[in-house]
Amino acid sequence: MTTHERLFEGADWDFRQLQRIHDACEEIAHGELGLDTYPNQIEIITAEQMLDAYSSSGMPLFYKHWSFGKRFAHHETFYRKGLMGLAYEIVINSSPCISYLMEENTATMQTLVIAHAAFGHNHFFKNNYLFRQWTDADGILDYLDFAKGYIAHCEERYGRLAVEITLDAAHALMSHGIDRYPGKKGLDLRAEEKRARERREHEQSMFNDLWRTVPSGPAKTTEILNSERRRALLGLPQENILYFLEKTAPRLHPWQREVLRIVRHIAQYFYPQSQTKVMNEGTATYVHYRIMNRLHEQGRISDGNFIEFLQSHTNVVFQPEFDDQRFSDFNPYALGFAMMQDIERIVTDPDEEDREWFPDIAGSGDVMGTLRQVWANYRDESFISQFLSPKLIRSWRLFHLHDDPAFTEGIKVDAIHDARGYRRIRRELARQYDVGFIDPNIEVVDVDLAGDRRLVLRHTVVKGAQLNETDARRVLQHLADLWTYDVSLVEVDARDKVLKEYVVSPRALAIAA
Amino acid sequence: MTMFIVDRRLNPGSKSLENRQRFLRRAKALVQGAVKKTSEGRDIKDVLEGGEVSIPLDGMHEPRFRTEGGTRDRVLPGNKKFVEGDVLPRPNGGGGRGSQAGEGDSEDDFRFVLSRDEFVDLFLDDLELPDLAKRKLAEVESEGLQRAGYSTSGSPANISISRTVQLALARRVALRRPKPQEIAELEAELEGERSEVRRAEILAELEALKAKAKRIPFIDPLDIRYRRFETVPKPVAQAVMFCLMDVSGSMTEHMKDLAKRFYMLLYVFLTRRYRHVEIVFIRHTDHAEEVDEQTFFYGPASGGTMVSSALQAMSDIVRSRFKPSDWNIYAAQASDGDNSLADSPLTGRLLTENILPVSQFFAYLEVGEANGSTFEMPDSSLWTLYQRLRSEGQPLSMRKVSTRSEIFPVFHDLFQRRKNQEKAAS
Repeated sequence: MTTHERLFEGADWDFRQLQRIHDACEEIAHGELGLDTYPNQIEIITAEQMLDAYSSSGMPLFYKHWSFGKRFAHHETFYRKGLMGLAYEIVINSSPCISYLMEENTATMQTLVIAHAAFGHNHFFKNNYLFRQWTDADGILDYLDFAKGYIAHCEERYGRLAVEITLDAAHALMSHGIDRYPGKKGLDLRAEEKRARERREHEQSMFNDLWRTVPSGPAKTTEILNSERRRALLGLPQENILYFLEKTAPRLHPWQREVLRIVRHIAQYFYPQSQTKVMNEGTATYVHYRIMNRLHEQGRISDGNFIEFLQSHTNVVFQPEFDDQRFSDFNPYALGFAMMQDIERIVTDPDEEDREWFPDIAGSGDVMGTLRQVWANYRDESFISQFLSPKLIRSWRLFHLHDDPAFTEGIKVDAIHDARGYRRIRRELARQYDVGFIDPNIEVVDVDLAGDRRLVLRHTVVKGAQLNETDARRVLQHLADLWTYDVSLVEVDARDKVLKEYVVSPRALAIAA
Repeated sequence: MTMFIVDRRLNPGSKSLENRQRFLRRAKALVQGAVKKTSEGRDIKDVLEGGEVSIPLDGMHEPRFRTEGGTRDRVLPGNKKFVEGDVLPRPNGGGGRGSQAGEGDSEDDFRFVLSRDEFVDLFLDDLELPDLAKRKLAEVESEGLQRAGYSTSGSPANISISRTVQLALARRVALRRPKPQEIAELEAELEGERSEVRRAEILAELEALKAKAKRIPFIDPLDIRYRRFETVPKPVAQAVMFCLMDVSGSMTEHMKDLAKRFYMLLYVFLTRRYRHVEIVFIRHTDHAEEVDEQTFFYGPASGGTMVSSALQAMSDIVRSRFKPSDWNIYAAQASDGDNSLADSPLTGRLLTENILPVSQFFAYLEVGEANGSTFEMPDSSLWTLYQRLRSEGQPLSMRKVSTRSEIFPVFHDLFQRRKNQEKAAS
């Protein structure tokens, strides 16, 4: 094996070395791991700029709003008191892929961070189906620039207060301003004609007079037909509340609709990130681990620097146990990295159990091919329900608690890491990452067009978890202000039993005039 | 693939400043309350330090639809001894485990640090200052000269030689003025030349060069530049502020607190206008003494009341330490208005002859009890005296104050006077 020149010595770095580090990482990432990345842009920033970036969700430019100031003040106080460390990097899903590196990082840390962000995350952003489906890496920076300019322009034109009220309302509904499924594309005339013809042919070929004699249900009343037609015209039920308001709220100004649209688009842009925390960090951690090891093998980083790397790597993938004071939840770095390594093990060195559980990949030998496949086609929930292996469940000693308030004796241990429990634990852990279970399921179901124009929402309660009342009222107040007529929300359980009903009227200071 | 490295460290910082100010504006009432509480416990000079304040999070809450309660399922790592079917007692508090730790539901205080300017702004706002007053604070009074580039006209004393020579050189080069060296070379050549034809050529060339050198002068009036000066407002660098206070037994804590706020306000005014501000504390009963701030506000003292003693002390200090030509002198006096009758003539004379002529501003604050209405306060002996001086045209600001919000109008005269001066000047 040829030994390479050292990339750097000691802890200091300069821009030429960064370039060499990047090139060395790129050689391994593209050549040996077969990653496919956007071009990289690496930016060096100070701690203060890092704090700035924190408060605007990591984006380099963002419109102005007080809530970002609040976040900044909060982070700043924590940071100054030493209660919070700053991240080593922030990476942005854009093309070119921008990674922010802290200036304080040592050369080893910069190498780690470049391998982690500029190749690991970058590959994930470019290849994962959620990001491909929902985000436009080429356009996001331009869009943010537009959004910032547009909102500043609105403030000048319509007054800061009006814009602020609209943004407050939009932010409150942000988590319900997301399309969860790709929209249906309207058919063009030709396709529609073709489909009608095919349907007719099919009906003719399948004609049987017998069907005519089968009794159908009671005829629908005109009232039901009307309401069905009305809902179909409004596109109801609709779970994207912001979208619904933007398109149909009766008294919004055009600029307000645009503001709602901006907030909605940005929420949509971040939607894949919240669903792929474990995978995204797991991928990046696995990639940096492979690259750093390779660099060390090639002699490009010294033993001392490699030990420095191992130390921070170990900190990153540390998972406290449930009874540890430091425990808050699963560490996505730890879980993701452990699962990626586990897949590597299953692919290269499977045992009988693995062959039984993962017949498709066990022993296939192609680690990177399998992983690239996984990274491209799964999100956290499906990834865990597919690839959490019994071996990992055992080594992490996972167990499942079931807490039913109706069961007064206490909390039940429902499953542990044994043969009876593997599948249940895997299913429950996957659910913990399923947005379908995390976000309350709220839909716009109807508008009383003939009467008082009341907007009717419905929250389908899952497992008895109802909305927090104070917050729900506040959000509904914002919603009513945008809608400018009464808004009602019913909470119903799976059997359509109404559990609670809210009715909120718009405030006198209506946003839309 | 190409990679770009961008050094962002030099980019202008505080990108979040605007957001932060919006946040403060929004949280204004809350922050203001916190600032008021903080500033009450501070010394006059410390009022300008920023600092950490904390406000309740409640008003700043960003609501979201979120669920709570219900059946909860959780997978956790690190099982030690549980087996399937075990029932664990619920932690205290019933309901459920605090499994959502970290979710932003805590109604704890929200603590953050205010910068010095933010703090002062809020402090001034608390005193209900009109905007005009706040703007005036930023203004400066005297004017000075400052270099501002070059001009083509000016007095000979201001000629900038280097600039003039520079321009002349540029012009000579541009117009190809023959160099003296060239002429000298030609002349040398002419000396040694034997051929008549060549001599004639050289002579002609010399002639032409000399004529050109004459046409293009070494220095032309066009080249001359003068140093230009602009008058710019320049702050007088230093001010001294005298705090005079009656500390006889009749002054209550409330009155002293009012006086303290009054001094604080004046101090803030002055530090915004002057680079360096000194404070002299003079307290008096029937005799006056210069003391430190702690003693001034909190030190015990008793005795009769002789205002003239304080004024005498002040004028002595001015004479010995603060030359009026170098210092802007401001004085603020707080008292409950008592003064022995026999003292009045002396007080009046000291004020009109020694103190008012050298002071920029003299404010008198008559403090009353919190519950006492200012209208019901009978005119005190000191008030009557000052009233008389004022009607004679002496520049005195005076006010009766029994609650905090009445303090600011005392300064009204300060700004009023300034405005009139401007008018007279224009």
